[in-house]
Amino acid sequence: MTAASGPRARPGEERLLAVDAASEAVEELRLDELPRLVEPGDLLVVNDAATLPASLRGSARGEALEVRLLSERDDGAWDAVLFGAGDWRTPTELRPAPPALLAGEPVDLAAGLRAAVEGVSPLSPRLVSLRFESPRDALFAALYAAGRPVQYAHVRAPLDLRDVQTPFATRPWAAEMPSAGRPLTWELVARLRRGGVALAAVTHAAGLSATGDPVLDAALPLPERFDIPAATVSAVGAARRRGARVVAVGTTVVRALEGSAAANGGRIAGGRGTTELRLGPTTRRRVVDALLTGIHEPGTSHHALLGAFAPPPLADRALAVAEERGFLGHEFGDAMWISGAPAGGGRRRAAAVGEGVAA
Amino acid sequence: MVPAKEEVAMVIRGKGALVTGGGRGLGAALGRRLARSGARVVLVARTQGEVEAVAGAIRQEGGEAHALAADVGRGEDAARIAGVAQALVGPIDLLVHDAGTLGSVPLRLLLDTPDRDLETALAVNVLGPFRLSKLVAGAMALRGEGLVVHVTSDASVSAYPTWGAYGVSKAALDHLARIWAAELEGSGVRFLSVDPGEMDTRMHAEAVPDADRAMLADPDEMARRIVGLVARSESIPSGSRIELARLAEAA
Repeated sequence: MTAASGPRARPGEERLLAVDAASEAVEELRLDELPRLVEPGDLLVVNDAATLPASLRGSARGEALEVRLLSERDDGAWDAVLFGAGDWRTPTELRPAPPALLAGEPVDLAAGLRAAVEGVSPLSPRLVSLRFESPRDALFAALYAAGRPVQYAHVRAPLDLRDVQTPFATRPWAAEMPSAGRPLTWELVARLRRGGVALAAVTHAAGLSATGDPVLDAALPLPERFDIPAATVSAVGAARRRGARVVAVGTTVVRALEGSAAANGGRIAGGRGTTELRLGPTTRRRVVDALLTGIHEPGTSHHALLGAFAPPPLADRALAVAEERGFLGHEFGDAMWISGAPAGGGRRRAAAVGEGVAA
Repeated sequence: MVPAKEEVAMVIRGKGALVTGGGRGLGAALGRRLARSGARVVLVARTQGEVEAVAGAIRQEGGEAHALAADVGRGEDAARIAGVAQALVGPIDLLVHDAGTLGSVPLRLLLDTPDRDLETALAVNVLGPFRLSKLVAGAMALRGEGLVVHVTSDASVSAYPTWGAYGVSKAALDHLARIWAAELEGSGVRFLSVDPGEMDTRMHAEAVPDADRAMLADPDEMARRIVGLVARSESIPSGSRIELARLAEAA
């Protein structure tokens, strides 16, 4: 899969591969033809997490390192992944390993930030929790002054923080951009809404897509925190009642909604949670019927998740079509739509036009 | 109808408010009053010391306020302002574009105005609010509610000699609010332009050094009126331009 080499100049021109599990049809569209795939009454759920400037340069034990912040814990500590000397220009797997720090060791970071290692994961010495010395206000001011968006070698030019935000960016919870929402525009959202599609959001702390440590990479995605607003719980319930589909914009949204349902007896609950759910061909979806996502390479957790919507042979065939037609992968790439069998194993009623439609 | 203090607090309590130009004058007064009504306030200004002092004083009296040193006239600061603000107080429910510049002082006839002065006025007074609104209004539209306030001036409607750079930028800012309002009609996100009139502020002293201060409005009184408007903004058509001097003075 060819990776998109940077942000697109003209949103809406992305290509969209539409996969329908029922008919096994695979069709190529442009992203701005998305309204053809949805039906009046469908609910589109986006991830409104803004992307953090999560990458900080620093040093520990006199060695240069890079810290990529994953997520802030409720107690104020941060989960983070350490990388050795160098930067994003070198593929993560070729980067030198960071020093294996022990609990209590100090880390000096850009903008005068200092932190102490609070814990080290048994999975990998690269996965640590950090406690910053600065109070929260000063921490975020310094983070936004010295931090950079997490970036990988396939994008050559340094990314600006603005390049890695979706149109829905609200609270900065994501270590990497929840990229499925990136190609959407408000013009497209307005057209969807005029067509009777409802819109709701979750906040899901999208994590890193690579760590440089094969053991840790195999464990991705790590547990991620999410927040589901009460309005979204109502919107999902209303969509269910009218027999309409719940469409997740991005695998992070699937993870938040299905994670919440798995933890709450099959129904999503409002408020904050953390999910360790890993989705794949054996997953029984309870909430999400269809997915708008990027083009994901085999072997990634994102790709495995497609199996929850389409039988693996169909997902693989779709990917082969994308490959053959030169679709672009990664965060600035093209898009894929997969509608699966109705979530919860039920049969969908015909969509009720005009019911519960957002403005 | 001016809402009573308790009604104001009912609407504003717990809301995330982001106020630019919060280091002094109207912005600082607005930050104090919003915090007293229970808002979680982020104040932005260029001078760290000034904005820290305002936020510190608010916290001393029990309010929630965070200071952020940034320049709304710089494109690269916009994502930082929106990011830090939402990290600290969550989604922004109220965005007040109070930061403004005259271009340079003393004020000059257009024939004597360097291009740079108009560029500066447009960068701070128009582009700054545009960029920050873009980063906040989408999130508001997603939640189906939110209010953005543009602080404007009568120089946006009257052609005062020597106020060219400032007046042109404020006229653009007024129109920006109207276009935002038109585009977001029905989304729950509303825009208001508020003209506080001539106030006893440092900016006014720089523009009109020999003004009779007794004739100038108290920024704190204007802040009080703006908070009242925020509390009843649902009843005001989005895109409206409101002259605070015309509002009833009664509490």
